[in-house]
Amino acid sequence: MRNINIRVDHITRVEGHGDIVVNVKEGKIEECRWEVVEAPRFFEAFVRGRNYTEVAHITSRICGICSIGHTLCSLQATESALGIKVSEQTRLLRRILIQGENLQSHVLHTYFLAAPDFVGVPSVVPLVQTHPDVVLRALRMKKLANDLCDVFGGRTVHPITPTVNGFTKLPEIKAIKEIRKRLSDATPDLVATLELFKTLKIPKFERETEYISLKSKEEYALYDGMIASTDAGTTPVENYRSWTNEYLVPHSTAKYTKHVRDSYMVGALARFNNNYDQLSPRAKKVAAELGLKAPCYNPFMNSVVQVVEAVHAVDESIRLIDEVLDKGLKEEDRRVLLKAGKGVGAVDVPRGILFHEYAYDKNGVCTEANCIIPTNQNHANIQKDMEALLPQILDRPQDEIRLSFEMLVRAYDPCISCSTHLLKVEFV
Amino acid sequence: MKPKIAFFDFACCEGCQLQVVNLEVEMVDLLGAVDIVQFREAMTEKSDDYAIAFVEGSITREKDIPRLKKIREQATILVALGACATIGGVNCLKNFQPADEVRKYVYGDKADWYETFAARPIDAVVPVDYYIHGCPMHKEEFLKVVKSLLLGKKPEIPTYPVCVECKRAGNVCVFELGMKCLGPVTRAGCGAWCPTYRDNCVGCRGLIPDPNTNAEKEVLKKNGLTVEQAIGQFRIFLGYSEVAK
Repeated sequence: MRNINIRVDHITRVEGHGDIVVNVKEGKIEECRWEVVEAPRFFEAFVRGRNYTEVAHITSRICGICSIGHTLCSLQATESALGIKVSEQTRLLRRILIQGENLQSHVLHTYFLAAPDFVGVPSVVPLVQTHPDVVLRALRMKKLANDLCDVFGGRTVHPITPTVNGFTKLPEIKAIKEIRKRLSDATPDLVATLELFKTLKIPKFERETEYISLKSKEEYALYDGMIASTDAGTTPVENYRSWTNEYLVPHSTAKYTKHVRDSYMVGALARFNNNYDQLSPRAKKVAAELGLKAPCYNPFMNSVVQVVEAVHAVDESIRLIDEVLDKGLKEEDRRVLLKAGKGVGAVDVPRGILFHEYAYDKNGVCTEANCIIPTNQNHANIQKDMEALLPQILDRPQDEIRLSFEMLVRAYDPCISCSTHLLKVEFV
Repeated sequence: MKPKIAFFDFACCEGCQLQVVNLEVEMVDLLGAVDIVQFREAMTEKSDDYAIAFVEGSITREKDIPRLKKIREQATILVALGACATIGGVNCLKNFQPADEVRKYVYGDKADWYETFAARPIDAVVPVDYYIHGCPMHKEEFLKVVKSLLLGKKPEIPTYPVCVECKRAGNVCVFELGMKCLGPVTRAGCGAWCPTYRDNCVGCRGLIPDPNTNAEKEVLKKNGLTVEQAIGQFRIFLGYSEVAK
């Protein structure tokens, strides 16, 4: 009977700080734990007292990678609280922005953070020497996504133009046409990406869980819709608290959640399982080539679904841009009539469904705030996966077990900075 | 031999390190000129032998202090990366509420599990050699600073206000559009990023040397803010500085 002792302090190639602890004594599992050790930052507390125009700019700073998603979710919550229904033009431009962020984040994760494990290198850096074409392609695709976000949001990291009830400045038609051309020219890079990911050997492991995402009649939902679960159907986003049920655990600065089962999963795989039918025809073809079929219960496949969603993001951006070019853009009246109220926003950001909720007083000053972040909703599921995976690989060398666990955590694409600011706050 | 550089982060969104990854094709050039020996967000390989340390994030916990001091001891040059590190940034908003209340609001009856103290920039704890300002930092400015350091030169950071760059960009002043802007007292270098997209400057690059903040407060008052609201404008990013108190 063997002993295994694994301690990964601050797992690398993820956003934020998390640790893995595995302790096996004479063949018996004593500890198997995912810990979050990020410094807490207290956003919900400190947006209180801020004006409704500032809240999205502040909560955007929860996370650099998903700052567009946080901004849009925050704006939705504020608009809902103030009783604002945004124009079709605003909704259209925001839907392009969230596709841009999904593409940007998925390229970063699949190429820079996840792929090195599959080729047996510690990071993308050695690949600059050995596989310069792959690295340059990844950088080119990332630049395309960033430029798309720059055109529609003014800036990729912490976007500038999205504001309450519209945009401070509309994108220029000339820039939109240029980025459209680059999106349609991206096909060879997408094909090469597909070919690369076809060659990667994904660990065989399955654990069925509950999958939660947004769902919409209109499209593969990212920007708006109902909350959907593979176990429990759909519910309006306003019911998010009874579907997330946050709780605290002593070894983690982040909060955990559960719904029908002990844990649930959010993110690309959850969206895929709930909304596969609404992927673009090309994305469906890519899914088939990658051996993906909904429902899929292998969490390691989350990174592979991100490749599918990257293709979908390009197709969907082109479709939405064509709608913009067809309808044209016009300056709109963004004035807001203040009133006291509270509201919820929900956006399916790269790492999964995100909720913001605020209350405002009659002067538009924020009095309450609550944010539930995708990675928090995944922490319990990562833990359950580890517990299920460990007995299956217990006979392997310790280094291999460690790598499997790191790969499992990375597959979730955790964004730990994001995940350390929540809690349940009862609004009165 | 190529200089060894390392990246570290404390309380922040890691958006400035993301800006480094966002360098895109210049990233390859950067990797040709330096040896990145530690960058947890993007690399598993790791060494504590480095000459230049880039540090992102604010200091918010007792246990951050020894970690930062160790980085300072090792690094010949320490560069603060982004508003959280250079001026404290949005993290300092919490300093204006009682610490216990803040912890209770977010973590309820488990508040004691979560250690925190008033957020501060890294130069409140150790000496900092150079600053790359902004939220997020401008990736071109990052490259410029790295190039200067490689040449053994002192990086040039503007000491004039955002208004200068805003005028140069030909923007309509956002005060004219009814907004309240901190551009007149905020350090330039971003190319008046926000006003160019018709949003007001919130001071993320910190104050210029010898800013006339009283005059700025008067301007904000003239444009309809109360004294309290004018100070509140400074608190979004400049909560650690005197002007916000």
